[in-house]
Amino acid sequence: MNLFKRPGLVVWLVLMLATVITTWVLSKDIVAARTGTVAIIAIAFYKVRLVLLHFMELRHAPLPLRLFFEGWILVVAAAIIGMYLSGGTT
Amino acid sequence: MEERVTDSAAKPVRRLPGVEGVWVFVGADMLFFTALFLSTMIGRRDAAEVFEAGRLTLDPNYGGINTLILLTSSWFVVLAVNAAKRDRLDEIPRWLLAAFGCGVAFGISKIFEYGAKLSAGITPASSDFYMYYFILTGFHLLHVIGGSVMLLVFWKMSRRRAFDSRRLAVLESGGLYWHMVDLLWIILFPLLYLMK
Repeated sequence: MNLFKRPGLVVWLVLMLATVITTWVLSKDIVAARTGTVAIIAIAFYKVRLVLLHFMELRHAPLPLRLFFEGWILVVAAAIIGMYLSGGTT
Repeated sequence: MEERVTDSAAKPVRRLPGVEGVWVFVGADMLFFTALFLSTMIGRRDAAEVFEAGRLTLDPNYGGINTLILLTSSWFVVLAVNAAKRDRLDEIPRWLLAAFGCGVAFGISKIFEYGAKLSAGITPASSDFYMYYFILTGFHLLHVIGGSVMLLVFWKMSRRRAFDSRRLAVLESGGLYWHMVDLLWIILFPLLYLMK
């Protein structure tokens, strides 16, 4: 029962760390609002990709399925960041 | 990162995890949420001040902790599926119960969060921001409740030894759904709580 040999442990640790950084560092006022927000959204979609590839095992799935979801990540991330940057500054 | 962080067991053959239908469902559900995410962004562009004022009333600690809870729950499901693949049948119910516990914790924290908003007189009608906030988090919470019930049923099934390396499809498909609930929250959280 060695926890360190558990599958997905490293992915889980990266996901947790990324969440801590976005929630409790990048969202704070020490980071410029626009830079911080774009970084937060980009990291969120990187986390989504980790979940899809590793937890949902898309990395070993048939290629068209993997490409569909990877394409989805790119399009939605670009749309959200693009709409954010084209909006008014707050 | 891709191959380096994977578990050691190399799988040369490409295979579809779960059943085909669950991927169709997951894809459709993700497109439905994509529409909600993009409408939120349009709403935000039309009323930036209202959105920022609303956002500042949300507590990012709730959202962040809920993200950690769902990520951990997702990992527990990975461990349950892995135990089934390796026929370690006694382990499966333990991981499933842990995953279910995380789902319950998420729900309880949402009750507190909604309770605080409603008792402060904030409803979906209060502003455009709150309309999106309640619709997105509400739809997502329904998914969490459904998923938690599913995990509880799986837990009971696994105690009757319903899953092993040859009977994997149901557990794996349910697991895929639960990971999707996790990844939708990963996007929803910064969109509503962190976007300045």
